Amino acid sequence: MKALVEKLSGRLTKDQIITDPVELRTYECDGLAQYRVSPGLVVLPHNASETAFVVKACAEAGIPFVARGSGTGLSGGALPRRDGVLIVTAQMRSIVELAIEDERAVVQPGVINLHVTRAAAAHGYYYAPDPSSQQICSIGGNVAENSGGAHCLKYGFTTNHVTGLEIVTPDGELVRLGGKALDPPGYDLIGTFVGSEGTLGIATEVTVRLTPVPQAVSTLLAGFASTDEAGAATSAIIAAGIVPAAIEMMDALAIEAAEAAVHCGYPAGAGAVLIVELDGLIEAVEAEFAAVQRLCVDEGAFEIRVAADDAERALIWKGRKSAFAAVGRISPDYIVQDGVIPRTALPEVLRRIDELSQRTGVRVANVFHAGDGNLHPLVLFDDSVPGQAAHAEEVSGAILDLCIEHGGSITGEHGVGVDKSRYMPRMFSDDDLDTMQMVRCAFDPAGLSNPGKVFPTPRLCGEVPGRHKGAHPLQEAGIAEVF
Amino acid sequence: MEARPTSTAEAASILREAAAKGWAVVVRGAGTKQSWGRPPRRCDLVLDTTGLTGVVEHAAGDLIAVVRAGTPLAELQSTLGFAGQQLALDSPFPNATVGGTVAVNTSGPRRMTYGTVRDLIIGVTIVRPDGVIARAGGKVVKNVAGYDLAKLMTGSHGTLGLIAECAFRLHPRVETSFVRKRGDFGTKAGLAWEIDAPADGDWKVAWEMPGAGGDPKPEWWGRYPWREGELGVKLTAALSKVRGLLAAAKRLGVSVRGSLGTGVLYAAAQPDQIGDLRAAAHEAGGHAVVLTYHEGVDLWGPVPGLDLMRRVKAQFDPDDRFAPGRFVV
Ligand SMILES: Cc1cc2nc3c(=O)[nH]c(=O)nc-3n(C[C@H](O)[C@H](O)[C@H](O)COP(=O)(O)OP(=O)(O)OC[C@H]3O[C@@H](n4cnc5c(N)ncnc54)[C@H](O)[C@@H]3O)c2cc1C
Repeated sequence: MKALVEKLSGRLTKDQIITDPVELRTYECDGLAQYRVSPGLVVLPHNASETAFVVKACAEAGIPFVARGSGTGLSGGALPRRDGVLIVTAQMRSIVELAIEDERAVVQPGVINLHVTRAAAAHGYYYAPDPSSQQICSIGGNVAENSGGAHCLKYGFTTNHVTGLEIVTPDGELVRLGGKALDPPGYDLIGTFVGSEGTLGIATEVTVRLTPVPQAVSTLLAGFASTDEAGAATSAIIAAGIVPAAIEMMDALAIEAAEAAVHCGYPAGAGAVLIVELDGLIEAVEAEFAAVQRLCVDEGAFEIRVAADDAERALIWKGRKSAFAAVGRISPDYIVQDGVIPRTALPEVLRRIDELSQRTGVRVANVFHAGDGNLHPLVLFDDSVPGQAAHAEEVSGAILDLCIEHGGSITGEHGVGVDKSRYMPRMFSDDDLDTMQMVRCAFDPAGLSNPGKVFPTPRLCGEVPGRHKGAHPLQEAGIAEVF
Repeated sequence: MEARPTSTAEAASILREAAAKGWAVVVRGAGTKQSWGRPPRRCDLVLDTTGLTGVVEHAAGDLIAVVRAGTPLAELQSTLGFAGQQLALDSPFPNATVGGTVAVNTSGPRRMTYGTVRDLIIGVTIVRPDGVIARAGGKVVKNVAGYDLAKLMTGSHGTLGLIAECAFRLHPRVETSFVRKRGDFGTKAGLAWEIDAPADGDWKVAWEMPGAGGDPKPEWWGRYPWREGELGVKLTAALSKVRGLLAAAKRLGVSVRGSLGTGVLYAAAQPDQIGDLRAAAHEAGGHAVVLTYHEGVDLWGPVPGLDLMRRVKAQFDPDDRFAPGRFVV
């Protein structure tokens, strides 16, 4: 590490290289604070070429490196290594180009998600993927996690909005993929890189789509007696061929927490609330909004509030957006889980989670993107009571098993990171994981880019895939004919 | 040799066998695009996917479908149509198989609204060149567990393995009609916005709009402009440069057709026009890719990231047996 610091000092300034143990500790975790490791070294490059220089130096010295954006990740993806370098993109925060006529923005990786929208707003555009953390998370982090948000139901995830990347490969080369135009020739390496959680290199520039601000937006809040009815309303809306911009659900415990924290004034006595937002052309939104209200009433909504203006819309969203933090009001500690199920399985899975909660005595509050079946169960516990943390962890894991059992996924947007790599074998076979790691081996044969994340066991890249020997005469079996 | 497996397991056993014998393998669906990409240098076994058919699952309430790769796209659409749903891909080859459509990544005018294969595919089952069956993604629309191999397989032209099964997100069917115009470009609207720009005739613009009652579909809509004996070229441009690229093509005497809303166009060209056309596309921030093979023509021009692509190919197919030489060479 000493030699590396010396080498880096040849090109970077003092304030770009952090070696002070106290300062290093401020980088010991991301948004998932239960995992903490002080990095061996923190480096803050100003641009792509400095990033490539740092990565190349790491590669030459065989030292692992981890990229970090804003450190809001919820799966420990940016967890540093004691024997490695943390490469932080916080000094790469320029919007390189706002190409409104091309409907693109070209940004450095440290640019904050919301800042793209702010810059484009004056021109009638915005950046569609809207993670709840959008005020602080970076575009580079979004790319790595393929982040989503409430409005991804209609607009898609980060991967649908990235048309170009500049990356530093794990051996320190700068490579451009795609650009402002679509369908670049060759394999879809952009699609492969987005969502790879920092394991295939570091994004140093990102070209994203800008989306025209919709002509009209309509938002409602509907109160239901239980999550069953709210789930049925969700299914009915989708079945009617309506694609809302967002459908979000909260259950009674999550409502209680939000009320305690931000006094959002959700319908009293509701066992579940739905927030439904439609956007698009004025006429279409008006017609569909009427249909959505009817469907909610048909499925048992006892109260419907329609936002009359942006202020009222913000109030409706306030409870939802503050839900995670609000749970702190009703429980000293909690785990934010992130699993996906087919949306039609919603009522069944929620019942099973409820049974699990009853049986174990562990409280679970549910907040989720109902439209795409992405659950965020909040598993409540008190760390000062011995055993509760472990117990909560078990319940949280059992919820993931429920998702897998229903044909879903162990993560819809927070990523695998260090936190869920042990669950990967429950969702994928050894062959599946081995095949994914062939991509890893292509990009990073030495395994230096964010090692120990995503995959429970690394693949040795030198290995040639096993071959089956022995005769199996296809022709005799009649499977193959002479061509 | 030719093999026509009827299950993924059977395909896997055939491909294990082919691996053991060191055979070069070419995967073939309906055969609509075998002339695309460079002809494979070697072929010992044609793996015909037309026996791998059927919709494995159509969960209408979840708007997803899982389908075997040999299923004709048109057949899938008619199955989904009974539930008022569609796979929102208006590929110019309705007779093509689903697997072939994914492997070659074809798209039509509606990409302006729904995107392309990469935006609609949510899971894939492949058989690797060594005969190992592997899955990635899943059958839920939102999922970030593991690498997105479905996107890697999309547009891989059968060079990384056999696509055996695909899962897609679906959309409700919409009734549409067309608005036609001559003389100027107009602006982005509706589901699709297309131009027909012959080198030696009037340019026509049309929109596909939701709702019945408009004009009927223009006869050129969603069809490639090239004829027998011409090269089919895909041209892309940054949106602000689309008109410039169209003008450049006209100057070169090249007819173009395609999507004004996304900057993805198709041209009918002669071999000696490719260099100029490619320069014009680069000028416009995009690329010119010759889709239909022609001896002596550089199909791709410079491909950024080619070295990484070769490394991916070498991992999946270390002996270079899957459509060797066709793509990413
Ligand atoms: C309150 C709260 C709400 C949230 N809500 C959402 C939500 O609604 N939807 C959602 O999807 N997520 C959500 N998240 C999770 C998190 O904000 C996202 O994952 C976000 O994209 C992380 O961005 P970041 O800049 O903080 O990345 P970091 O946490 O710094 O890093 C995340 C991962 O990205 C890698 N990385 C960072 N920069 C680069 C780069 N330039 N190149 C390559 N790899 C890189 C890191 O190595 C790490 O693996 C939420 C988090 C919090 C705390």
